[in-house]
Amino acid sequence: MSSLLELRNVSKVYTKGLINAQPTVALRQMSLTLNEDEPTILTVAGESGSGKTTLAMLLLGFIDPTVGEILYKGKNIKSLTGEDRLAYRREVQAVFQDPFAVFNPFYKVDHLLTVPIRQFKLSKSKAETQDRIHEALTAVGLRPEDVLGRFPHQLSGGQRQRINVARALLLRPRLLIADEPVSMVDASLRANILETLRKLQRDYGVSIIYITHDLTTAFHIARSIVVLYRGGVMEAGDVDRVIKTPQHPYTQLLVDSIPWPNLDQQWGEHPIIAREAGGSDPGACPFMSRCPKAMDICKVRPPLYQLDRHQAAACYLHDKQAEVGDERLSDLLPV
Amino acid sequence: MVTLATSRSQANAVPQSTVAALEPSPVLSVENLEVTYYTDLGRARALDQVSFTLRAGQKLGMVGESGSGKSTLALAMMRMIKPPGRIEGGRVVIGGTDLIGLDEQGMRHARLNKIAYIPQGAMNSLNPVMRIGSQMVDAVKAHLPDEPRSAVQERCYHALRSVDLDPGVFRMYAHELSGGMKQRVCIAIGILLRPSVIIADEPTSALDVVTQRQVMETIDRVQDEINAAVILIGHDMGLMAQFVDAVAVMYAGRLVEISSVREMFTDPKHPYAQALISSLPNLDNKGVFKGIPGLAPSLLRLPSGCAFHPRCPNAMETCTAVSPDLLTLANNRRVACHLYDAETVS
Ligand SMILES: Nc1ncnc2c1ncn2[C@@H]1O[C@H](COP(=O)(O)OP(=O)(O)OP(=O)(O)O)[C@@H](O)[C@H]1O
Ligand SMILES: Nc1ncnc2c1ncn2[C@@H]1O[C@H](COP(=O)(O)OP(=O)(O)O)[C@@H](O)[C@H]1O
Ligand code: SF4
Ligand code: SF4
Ligand SMILES: [Mg+2]
Ligand SMILES: [Mg+2]
Repeated sequence: MSSLLELRNVSKVYTKGLINAQPTVALRQMSLTLNEDEPTILTVAGESGSGKTTLAMLLLGFIDPTVGEILYKGKNIKSLTGEDRLAYRREVQAVFQDPFAVFNPFYKVDHLLTVPIRQFKLSKSKAETQDRIHEALTAVGLRPEDVLGRFPHQLSGGQRQRINVARALLLRPRLLIADEPVSMVDASLRANILETLRKLQRDYGVSIIYITHDLTTAFHIARSIVVLYRGGVMEAGDVDRVIKTPQHPYTQLLVDSIPWPNLDQQWGEHPIIAREAGGSDPGACPFMSRCPKAMDICKVRPPLYQLDRHQAAACYLHDKQAEVGDERLSDLLPV
Repeated sequence: MVTLATSRSQANAVPQSTVAALEPSPVLSVENLEVTYYTDLGRARALDQVSFTLRAGQKLGMVGESGSGKSTLALAMMRMIKPPGRIEGGRVVIGGTDLIGLDEQGMRHARLNKIAYIPQGAMNSLNPVMRIGSQMVDAVKAHLPDEPRSAVQERCYHALRSVDLDPGVFRMYAHELSGGMKQRVCIAIGILLRPSVIIADEPTSALDVVTQRQVMETIDRVQDEINAAVILIGHDMGLMAQFVDAVAVMYAGRLVEISSVREMFTDPKHPYAQALISSLPNLDNKGVFKGIPGLAPSLLRLPSGCAFHPRCPNAMETCTAVSPDLLTLANNRRVACHLYDAETVS
């Protein structure tokens, strides 16, 4: 088993905090391995500010870890040069969260799609370039003639979001990091795009990290899940287990907040305790200030406790179980 | 601590016909609204003869494929369509005034005052170098230039409190706020002048489920407070099921069905609405993706007759030739599909 991308005990701390002068731990001691020959779909879930985008940016090498290292095929991504660097840049692709932010308003859609093809020398002729672009656009449910030749502001939100997905598909990556790729399309199209992603994994061996707060789609597409809160792993394991029988109070709140398309299933049995603006005690369980079950011992951050071969939760309610070290996170995740 | 308010208008529980008899006149009436985008490649009819009405306190969900014209509808109602787009015709009547007939100054006054719009991606459009408070004060000043400073400030604080934000947010910058807080600031700005119609375009699609619940609850409460009609544009049918009273479905620039939320979820009429409902995920059918096959039509070259016919499992011969009108069925449901031509009432 050779690893494609590996996080080794990575932490990211932002020192010039945005709200107050306190440093923000955006990601805390994360270890994760994605193997080349075991393509999988892993969901990273959590509310906004939990560190999801930070994780994506680290994996893409857009920001540097404060502690720890990130390896691409065994080599630190910081030391990659030449061919290796180009391969990493092409094989690890992203679909970004916000379709309103990523586009340069002065370039037409065509530019956005031809640049990566040229940059990575993916096609031999103009005709081949066109074919590839048409294929990728059709795969995300767009008609080439509807979007080519247009400026970003002339497209709807969902169209822009899908251009992002098409761009990533063009490059035939090994690992796709998709940050909320379908939040702005309707249920039917969402199903189609997720099916495209799943085919990519099944037929082309592409691993996908699906970053989302949408646990319903996560459940349908992913094999495993990591639930983050304030940069720390709250719960991890098999997606079916974690979503159907969540064991961490935070995961329970998330699952309870899913707005089901069912009139007889009311939203949210549990009241929401709003998040306080400032940071809480950095040594405590990060969820403590909102946890309905908080106890005295929670003032010390709990480790992950193993509940099953493929499920673990960082919560003292489960302290009868064996502890799992942070570095063993990947063992909990089925592929 | 915030608990979820689930109070929806009681209209749902009462048969529509009795409600109709007691109904006050609508607060909003959109009549035959039409918008065209003139692109290099041709004319795209983004809104085609869109008509509907809303009562005070009512919540309407607006759903439909990406690109079907939902945001265009919102922009048209706000008279914010920019070239190459143009409003070709129709009326948007709020409290007896047709917005489409107003001059620029009259329309500027109506925005925020009669109708407020929280655009798609609104939270990213807050000015990064201006304090939240200044942005709010500017919005009020533009409409009420003579209101004394202290009253303006009180109005802003009140709006912030209405959306559960600490008045301290008044002094903050957008980057100091989380996504959910920014979205609530946008709602606060929207309700500063207590409009009678609020349009929220995908207000929570970038937010996590917990924050989403808080924001929707905020909209709910604010709506109760000012008794506004709300149009919620979005793709999340789950959110619709939990929040709105009625659902309108758009396809290729036309309204194809308007039904109460219960009827829409239990017995959708239009084949596109049926496909939309049956593609909804749940926790039982893991890995089953039932998207609607085929691509949304190009607005530049709409199929003849019913625009859905190339993808419709029920298409008949007339469908390729005759575009179906939005007709009224029993229970005051409205559907544009030839399958129901015979069931039309009145
Ligand atoms: N400024 C513009 N110039 C040309 N065409 C435009 C412009 N704005 C929107 N369109 C087109 O009009 C159609 C309707 O767009 P609109 O933004 O209303 O869709 P929407 O229903 O809100 O979609 P989404 O759910 O993806 O946001 C789309 O085909 C879009 O490409
Ligand atoms: N450039 C930055 N400077 C300072 N703090 C940041 C920066 N980017 C993110 N953060 C903080 O790091 C935490 C995690 O953010 P992020 O990874 O964007 O979360 P998510 O994607 O889960 O919403 C948040 O508290 C956020 O405010
Ligand atoms: S460790 Fe304590 S505070 Fe943290 S989730 Fe468990 S019970 Fe709640
Ligand atoms: S009018 Fe015909 S094609 Fe259109 S939705 Fe109805 S049955 Fe299908
Ligand atoms: Mg994010
Ligand atoms: Mg839109």
